Amino acid sequence: MAREFGDVIIDLQNISLRFGGVKALTDISFNVREHEIRAIIGPNGAGKSSMLNVINGVYHPQEGKIIFHGQERQKMEPYEAASQGIARTFQNIALFKGMTVLDNIMTGRNLMMKTNFLHHALFWGKAQREEIEHRKKVEEVIEFLEIQSIRKTPVGRLPYGLQKRVELARALAAEPNLLLLDEPMAGMNVEEKQDMCRFILDVNDQFGTTIVLIEHDMGVVMDISDRVVVLDYGKKIGDGPPDEVKNDPKVIDAYLGTSH
Amino acid sequence: MFYREAGQFKASYQNDQQIFPIRQDQIGFIALMGFLFLVVPFIANQYWLQAVLIPVLIFGLAALGLNILTGYAGQLSLGSAAFMAVGAFGTYNFMLRIDGIPFLVALLLGGLCAAAIGILFGLPSLRIKGFYLAVATLAAQFFIVWVLVKFGWFSNYSSSGVITAQHVNILGVDFRSPEMKYLLTLTVVVVMALLAKNMVRSSTGRKWMAVRDMDVAAEVIGIRLMRTKLQAFAISSFYCGVAGALYAYMYLGTVEPEGFNLDMSFRILFMIIIGGVGSIMGSFIGAAFIVLLPVFLNVAFHSTIGAYVPADLASNLELIIFGALIIFFLIVEPHGLARLWQLTKEKLRLWPFPH
Repeated sequence: MAREFGDVIIDLQNISLRFGGVKALTDISFNVREHEIRAIIGPNGAGKSSMLNVINGVYHPQEGKIIFHGQERQKMEPYEAASQGIARTFQNIALFKGMTVLDNIMTGRNLMMKTNFLHHALFWGKAQREEIEHRKKVEEVIEFLEIQSIRKTPVGRLPYGLQKRVELARALAAEPNLLLLDEPMAGMNVEEKQDMCRFILDVNDQFGTTIVLIEHDMGVVMDISDRVVVLDYGKKIGDGPPDEVKNDPKVIDAYLGTSH
Repeated sequence: MFYREAGQFKASYQNDQQIFPIRQDQIGFIALMGFLFLVVPFIANQYWLQAVLIPVLIFGLAALGLNILTGYAGQLSLGSAAFMAVGAFGTYNFMLRIDGIPFLVALLLGGLCAAAIGILFGLPSLRIKGFYLAVATLAAQFFIVWVLVKFGWFSNYSSSGVITAQHVNILGVDFRSPEMKYLLTLTVVVVMALLAKNMVRSSTGRKWMAVRDMDVAAEVIGIRLMRTKLQAFAISSFYCGVAGALYAYMYLGTVEPEGFNLDMSFRILFMIIIGGVGSIMGSFIGAAFIVLLPVFLNVAFHSTIGAYVPADLASNLELIIFGALIIFFLIVEPHGLARLWQLTKEKLRLWPFPH
């Protein structure tokens, strides 16, 4: 499928990240174009999650440059990344367990809320209007991800697959332009995986959201992504369209293996 | 059979976001308020007002303050009594030093003093969590009481360090009688509880709970941890400070810094553990439990076996039973009495036809 992509939205140049003596990432460069689905694959411990953490400001690489929307990015904190439209989900579900599905997703919109705690304490008027306005947007996300029936359920009581979906909903509620998904399909059965793939493609299609995802299910990765980065031991060993990567001997050697 | 929402449809988000979405709860709340405001002052005697209702309300407010910090924002604190002391001595000094200041303004300013001190002692929470933070807040507990004892200025150089609360007069109405004190306390507590409820059901509360449940995820969706934690410390301390001032002005009349000791902080912590961590109503249920149970046990002992056992043995037995009951309730429902109430309501919605 030939798809048109926009400009480079984020360009990572020669990123190196160390924790003490441990080299998590070494000299990695790749870019993400607007509107594409970019996959990062590689064996466990290859540095995939670290890569996402670098993109949204949880980790600060010792070397390298990050050009975001054409501007070199200074060292930034996660909340700054969030305010620039980067949202993500986590490998181990990172929902707010004590809160309902609705509250979790509403929290995703916190950056767009302008009222302060004094408004909230009084509630009537401004705070209530804002709450209703954002509730409408959240209901759109809820409808999009087909989780209407569980909106008042505390997330701790939900099965795993649904929790993953709620986490995606929370990220989407922020209306991101760059969405980072860390193993969105881990631990799911085939049906749930198909649902999740559909949602990811729909998000990409309907909202034009650029997506960077980490995934171990090669069937999924090769199916839905436009370009794939392959990491191994913190180094980049492959980069390109799925078909190209799939047949790259280095990638086969390090990760994909051969079928016997 | 009577408690169910059948036929009550929510046609707008506004309706869906009410404090009490079920009509029976609304009626129950209004009835309770009517009872507390209109009936209790006429039927309760001085003992009930002074020794039972006022302290339950005041400790309930302090517990609510701690619940905001610990139950909602997830930051453990052992300094609640010290923040109450700041509120009490702050209000006292504003009353003393500013001529003609209205009591409610002094109360507000006293609470703001507590909030400022709360922010100061909340700073360690930016680096440490859980039990370690609890130990750091111990510093607040001891340091604040020490300062209030050490520097006579705070107690207007009274030789014993005891302050005597000034008489409260609002717009010509004198708050000297137990009934008036009860009504003023009740008004302040109800208003502040409603404000707290509003905060926890809107974006402020969601941010607190997000920080409590998963701080990394909270940061990644754009919540600033430092600001949120310090805000929780400030608002929590404000509530504790107002409770402390009410404790001095509406309950005891004379207080000393040592009255706000670690023991009191622990009692407030027990209140939220028993009542329900992360529940506004639980704060008051817990306060009622901790304040009233010893009274009931005492009365029960005196009316039954009080004549046959020595007084010191009886009081020790009371303590043992008190402790045993706390353990019993924690085993039955680790999430507190408020949760028990919640579960009862959920069952009641289906009763008597559970299918």
